[in-house]
Amino acid sequence: MEIFVQQLINGLTLGSIYGLIAIGYTMVFGIIGMVNFAHGDVFMLSAFISLIFFLILTTWLGISSVALALLIVLVVAMALTSLWGWAIERIAYRPLRGSFRLAPLISAIGVSIFLSNFVQVAQGARNKPTPPMVQDVIVLFQGASGYNVALSYKQIIIMITTAVLLTIFWYLVQKTSLGRAQRACEQDRKMAALLGINVDRTISLTFVIGAALASVAGTMYLLYYGVVSFNDGFVPGVKAFTAAVLGGIGSLPGAVLGGLIIGLIETFWSAYFSIEYKDVAAFSILAIVLIFMPSGILGRPEVEKV
Amino acid sequence: MNAPSITTAEQTQAVTRTFDLGAALKDSLRTALITLGLSIPILAYKTDQSGADLFLTPRWGLVAIICAIVFGLRMVLHAFTASRAYRQATPSAHQATEPVHAEPSAFQHVSKFAIPLFLGVALAFPLIIYLIQGGLNESRYWVDLGILILTYVMLGWGLNIVVGLAGLLDLGYVAFYAVGAYSYALLSTTFGLSFWICLPLAGILAAFWGMILGFPVLRLRGDYLAIVTLAFGEIIRLVLINWVDLTNGGAGISSIPRATFFGLPFTAGEGGFAQTFGLEFNGMHRIIFLYYLILVLALITNFVTMRLRKLPVGRAWEALREDEIACRSLGINTTNTKLTAFAIGAMFGGFAGSFFAVRQGFVSPESFNFLESAIILAIVVLGGMGSQIGVAIAAIVLVGGPEILRNLTFLQAIFGSGFDPNEYRLLLFGAGMVAMMVWRPRGLISEREPSVILKERKAISGSLVKEGHG
Repeated sequence: MEIFVQQLINGLTLGSIYGLIAIGYTMVFGIIGMVNFAHGDVFMLSAFISLIFFLILTTWLGISSVALALLIVLVVAMALTSLWGWAIERIAYRPLRGSFRLAPLISAIGVSIFLSNFVQVAQGARNKPTPPMVQDVIVLFQGASGYNVALSYKQIIIMITTAVLLTIFWYLVQKTSLGRAQRACEQDRKMAALLGINVDRTISLTFVIGAALASVAGTMYLLYYGVVSFNDGFVPGVKAFTAAVLGGIGSLPGAVLGGLIIGLIETFWSAYFSIEYKDVAAFSILAIVLIFMPSGILGRPEVEKV
Repeated sequence: MNAPSITTAEQTQAVTRTFDLGAALKDSLRTALITLGLSIPILAYKTDQSGADLFLTPRWGLVAIICAIVFGLRMVLHAFTASRAYRQATPSAHQATEPVHAEPSAFQHVSKFAIPLFLGVALAFPLIIYLIQGGLNESRYWVDLGILILTYVMLGWGLNIVVGLAGLLDLGYVAFYAVGAYSYALLSTTFGLSFWICLPLAGILAAFWGMILGFPVLRLRGDYLAIVTLAFGEIIRLVLINWVDLTNGGAGISSIPRATFFGLPFTAGEGGFAQTFGLEFNGMHRIIFLYYLILVLALITNFVTMRLRKLPVGRAWEALREDEIACRSLGINTTNTKLTAFAIGAMFGGFAGSFFAVRQGFVSPESFNFLESAIILAIVVLGGMGSQIGVAIAAIVLVGGPEILRNLTFLQAIFGSGFDPNEYRLLLFGAGMVAMMVWRPRGLISEREPSVILKERKAISGSLVKEGHG
């Protein structure tokens, strides 16, 4: 029972991170129908940006308050990762709009390979451990066998940040004119353009929002695991994509729901079955979901147009 | 019809005939500023580790150089587009009547002579290298490179059946390569079977896996198909890592028996290849034999593909690529068509894998990661999906090209002795993949040769074909 509750907490934390990344996949797929393969690497890049800024703030500028440092890191990382998201869309995807269907996917694979190797060349191939940031835990209750169920401050920070940012972006997509433009482009890009919506700008902004959320996930990942390396983008990226598909691609709440489910499955699988096969489990879920329920839990079924 | 044109802001601006220096400067400056933003902090500060602590080393000089380079390139681009726009504004006589059907490009005219030329060079390659290098042992590096390129040519041709002909984007092709390699490795080390028995077995096993993995994905198309095949590829690799009892896990299988010359081992002693033929023993005999072995295997792949294109199943593949629904309406069994494409493509992957194992004498799961799949796919796409000669050229460019990087030692004089051009191999590869998609999304040779001809042979421009749709 204690182990179950502990795994539930861990799973939800991990799921929040996956959910944040999954939103980037789901929004991009919704609006231009491509799998942004490089999104996982944008996430990894943002973790590196956070790491470097955290070091600048704590060692050079001497900010001792971790909360303040984290807040600044979060804002700066969001801004810089958004710039990356914008630049990637501008360079690698926009010229391909209207090209044959697989061109953007192949281009995205190229971006993914480029980004991970760019970080490897720029920062070195070794794992980068961070100085421990937040250490404290709250012991929720003590089990009979002396096993403590603990909720760490890190986990609280991650869940609260995720919830707050999701609310903000939910508001942005549902209530603002940007969100309306985005949903319009999702439905019919040509018609939206005829009605005076700047489609290119809307698509750019989608990538910017996706990258910003991925950078939050990157900062949280760094905070949670305390270590990052240049090839940490691929597997979380695939898992987040699985989450997006599981939740129903194109649906924002679906992405978060899918993320939480994937996070829970992964932690429970590692705890009760075998930790070696946890990635096999994630990839199997991806294949099973894509084959048997391609429209996901909250998604719309795809209509085959002749 | 030309390929869908890329309308970017610069091009529309550049139509004004004169070169607007002010605007170009401003735009270049903006690009440089964006580059600056992108390089903070990932380039500007390097994290180094001493003990348990990380510390930062500033590298603003590097950032300044890169921003300057980007600024310069952008200016050159502006000058180039302006001059092109000026030339286009003064049309020449025949431009007014631009044909609806795009002319085959220069690459395609070349290809008629290129095929015999390529074949001749490939056949005579060890001899040419021997004459140039002046000795068997000196030519080892080049023959090894030749073997590597031919392996990728063969993998490219194998994947071309699935991606180029049947239009099914497979991101997990390396799984079949792995199945072939492990089949040979396991069969030879546990049962002592020879390479010549294992080679067809590896092909059959890989084809079998092609069917097993192909069956569940029959309903999928496009991106989803790509992602599922990617997942299968990764699952196979992860199983190879974790199933330690069978595969020896991440440590891999070593001391795999070497290939024999149809039963004659390449050894110095009694009954070896060298002694039987009265030659002086040299380790290079085996390498040259391997070279011709992979050349023959690759040519078989090519020959089978060319023949299959003319068979009903080959034409069904191409019909499937163009339009799956129309294909089904015409009574083609899409299930069988897709499965044969997967199985035959996988079979050649299995042959290549078996060859890989016999050449290396060692297999480990790390040789079969996603990057390999991406490289093979890039070869097929760059080659112009469906074009056989294009795939061969692309394999030479993508596999041979990075080898040039290894030899650019003079760059060390410019960038300092710590500079290793080889580190940038994959960086350039990724950037190259993007550039290739932006510049020539149809690949180098985008011509399609019709499989059925009425009276005369006509080239079809690649932009008229919509492969990769389903």
